[in-house]
Amino acid sequence: MIDYWPLLGIALVVIGFALRFNPLLVVAVAAIVTGLLGGMPFAKVIATLGHGFNENRYVSILWIVLPVIGLLERYGLQERARALIAAMPRATAGRLLIVYLGFRQVLSALGLTSVAGHPQTVRPLVAPMAVAAAEKQHGTLDEDTRERVKAMSAATDNVGLFFGEDIFIAIASILLIQASLANFGIQLTPFQLSVWAIPSAVCAFLIHGTRLVLLDRALSRPSPFGGGGARSATEGTPSTSFAGPLPPEGEE
Amino acid sequence: MINLHWLYVLAGAVFAGFAAGSARDSTNPKRWGNVAFWSLLAASFWFGDLLGDIGNGILVLAIVAIAGAHLQGRGSKESTSNEERENSSTRYGNKLFLPALTIPFTAFVGTLLFNYTPLEGTGLIDPKAVTLVLLGVGVIIALIVSYVWLRPLPLAAVDEGSRLANSIGWAMVLPQMLASLGVIFAAAGIGTTIGAIVSVIIPQGSLFLAVLLYALGMVAFTMIMGNAFAAFPVMAAAIGVPILIHQDGANPAVIGAVGMLSGFCGTLMTPMAANFNIVPAALLELKNQYGVIKAQIPTAIPLLIANVLILYFAAFR
Repeated sequence: MIDYWPLLGIALVVIGFALRFNPLLVVAVAAIVTGLLGGMPFAKVIATLGHGFNENRYVSILWIVLPVIGLLERYGLQERARALIAAMPRATAGRLLIVYLGFRQVLSALGLTSVAGHPQTVRPLVAPMAVAAAEKQHGTLDEDTRERVKAMSAATDNVGLFFGEDIFIAIASILLIQASLANFGIQLTPFQLSVWAIPSAVCAFLIHGTRLVLLDRALSRPSPFGGGGARSATEGTPSTSFAGPLPPEGEE
Repeated sequence: MINLHWLYVLAGAVFAGFAAGSARDSTNPKRWGNVAFWSLLAASFWFGDLLGDIGNGILVLAIVAIAGAHLQGRGSKESTSNEERENSSTRYGNKLFLPALTIPFTAFVGTLLFNYTPLEGTGLIDPKAVTLVLLGVGVIIALIVSYVWLRPLPLAAVDEGSRLANSIGWAMVLPQMLASLGVIFAAAGIGTTIGAIVSVIIPQGSLFLAVLLYALGMVAFTMIMGNAFAAFPVMAAAIGVPILIHQDGANPAVIGAVGMLSGFCGTLMTPMAANFNIVPAALLELKNQYGVIKAQIPTAIPLLIANVLILYFAAFR
């Protein structure tokens, strides 16, 4: 007899995220509820949570780059990234991100997944460059367009990572596939698996690349999607305030 | 041998620095909340192995309490004005990129050097953590280079690091929290339950529907768990191996590799994959915390269709 009650924990996560409660709180409550419904005593739930947190500390290691990035931003790193793009007459946001997508896929396919990433490369370099290129194409960006260009920069990093890394034979996911299938007596080498990651990688490059070309088209139109109302208040914000504090609440 | 524990010591020091930097920022009305938050994280990285499971659990609850009660804030002080940054950017020129690029460059060249030269046999670095260790080395080199070259105030890195850290806030530990949730989910048998549900609704007789259900199952389960790793063993056991490989004679390499990649399409669409989808939104200071997901869905869906077609046409030849 299967016990379905622990699935309530999943429902809690979905509801909590949808209602935009603090996600740390949502996850902790869901973890405790799931554990209790799964028949664990309270102390055991807390211990399992603590054990999981301690074992997964490596997930948070990347943050050690923040002091360096912050220090260089103080000396104008993002402004430099923008100036570099401004000096390239043919640079566009889409082309820049297509080049980055290709680099990210190739580096990941070589097993160099942590070489680039959101704190290391996207925040200090890729996003400001893409925004600067978009400003050259489009003039001053309204807030929605600026958000879209920044979000596409992060999205491009993710697509490049996910659909590059499995071509590398010693990546965790390939080893997991190998081990899972070996449990059923199916013996495969990592190489056999990683070869079959290539067609999807090519599709990912073509699909996301097409979207980036479309992004360029949208940016080269003077007023994208009819402009859409209530954003003129933020038009005067200087374009260099990307790294600055958020505008005060009342400004909208 | 240099292993992850050396990095934990370094990361603990960085989090302690965030605490110190937060304490120095009197423009942040909630700064003591920030100090407590980063101090607890520093304690976890330094002493996590000594605290015991219950101790760590209580530490986690304390971190969550600070975030859940909104006790963190951010300061309004900017160390340099826009104009000063423009001037400094002109003054130092493109050389400003060098310290930033030192980090990926050290990780890249270092990993290649280590893996393809006799260095690997020396046992200097734990082979499982090579790139991360070299990333840490790159950070230290970049910090030294920046200090020697730019000659900032002694505490500038502490202040600037905590400025960035406080702009991201609680989102920085969300990925680690979700990983812990995964541990609880596994302990409570969530995977087995979902596998049982899936195996009840398998369509008989249609190969294409079975492939589709396998791929969609990977996506749905990945979106729930936040990563495809938890989904794969379950979906392989429910559909991949018994139906597609054994019953219909599919090529197991295609089922394995492309099944996992179908799951990655789900990773692009879920807030549960916080380090890829939620953290960057905070890091890039987007107004919409789901902005990155919104940007990814139009890539993820055509890519999922492509993966289903690859599964269907390549696995059964």
